[in-house]
Amino acid sequence: MSQTDLQMDGVASSQLGEIEVQGMTRSSFILRGALAAGSVYGLGAVTPFVSSAFAESGGGDVEILNFALTLEYLEADFYNVKGKTVGLKGLAKTYAKTFGEEEADHVNALTATIKQLGSKPVAKPSFVFPATSESTFLALASVLENTGVGAYNGAGPSLQSKEVLAAAGSIVQVEARHAAAINLLIKKSPTPNQGFDRPLTKAQVLAKAGPLIKK
Amino acid sequence: MSSETSERRDSAPSGLVERLVRDDVDRKRFLKMAGSAGAASFGAFVLAACGSSKKAATTAATTASTSSAAGGDVAIANYALTLEYLETEFYEKVVSSGFFSGAEASLIKSFGEQEQTHVEALKGAVSKLGGTPAEQPMGKFPIENAKQVAELAYTVENLGASAYLGQAAKIQNAELLAAALAIHSVEARHAATLGTVLKKPITPDGAFAKPADMSTVLAAVKPFLA
Repeated sequence: MSQTDLQMDGVASSQLGEIEVQGMTRSSFILRGALAAGSVYGLGAVTPFVSSAFAESGGGDVEILNFALTLEYLEADFYNVKGKTVGLKGLAKTYAKTFGEEEADHVNALTATIKQLGSKPVAKPSFVFPATSESTFLALASVLENTGVGAYNGAGPSLQSKEVLAAAGSIVQVEARHAAAINLLIKKSPTPNQGFDRPLTKAQVLAKAGPLIKK
Repeated sequence: MSSETSERRDSAPSGLVERLVRDDVDRKRFLKMAGSAGAASFGAFVLAACGSSKKAATTAATTASTSSAAGGDVAIANYALTLEYLETEFYEKVVSSGFFSGAEASLIKSFGEQEQTHVEALKGAVSKLGGTPAEQPMGKFPIENAKQVAELAYTVENLGASAYLGQAAKIQNAELLAAALAIHSVEARHAATLGTVLKKPITPDGAFAKPADMSTVLAAVKPFLA
């Protein structure tokens, strides 16, 4: 990520336009116009996350939704199955219950949306979670929730359907709330990216979540 | 702090959004304008951007984005800018109130600094979209005690998060959308943090956060405009 940022910061905006239009699916003509117009208004704060968001390659809304569904299956299982085996107490137990129910709601909503779009939702994978105690569970929860925020924010600009974008926004806000609460519980900053949450590419998300998915 | 604020208040002309908040008729006109501006030269923009050489498209897009094609996005970015200005002012007052200490004070200070970075980013976004950044509105916030302030902050952050969510799908420019999403989830983090401090719901809307439209949000912030 940081390597990419350095590279992106170093190129002129006209070059940036040519590079980033690759793989962009949402209203790409608008994007091209915006980038070509030199409107890379990043000025340090904005450019890094914008370039990362654009790096999310297309594949259509259904592909993005199925990817999100896999992540939500993962989070739901983590709280609702793994969460019952590590002896959670107090706030950790309360959060796991509430957040687990909400992740399950996300699973149902994404499944219904994919069907509505005439496609087939991915099957639920099996997962393996390397957590044996409350502290390792919460540490992993922090990774998963913060990765979830980055995943949705990264995919957002690639979504074609405004309805799907609105739904993804509604979900990512909840992931961000979970992430902040978990981070506070383990004495980490609730805003680890300061003012701007970093979007993640699919590859970056898979680097975090992939090892938890059993083939 | 308070004398400085009142001086700024006296000298600052009313911003566009601020006036809109005061005046329901203006607000409706503004919303209508903001909604249609994006479509105004949309056809020309598409023609220019499609099927022409990269250089020609660049020129045409520059023209379009500095005229009215970006009008809807400019209105949205200025609306967000106005809210961020108010949040920044609010946190400045909270920090100077001295009601908080230790970890809570650090969190509040960092949230205020983050709102300030949102202000800077949105000002830049409006300019690059060819618009004029909204004037800083002068806020007035009841600052009575720690609990009341934290509850107000919780309300304000939840409102901010729902305001961004209400605009996301209306944004045309993918860069502005990426920026709005990056800010949106930070507002949500602030809201959740305040929720935990106050022992109020972290996810007050449950699994799916509810959006708020511009009109609703402007009406809700009206009491905080001086």
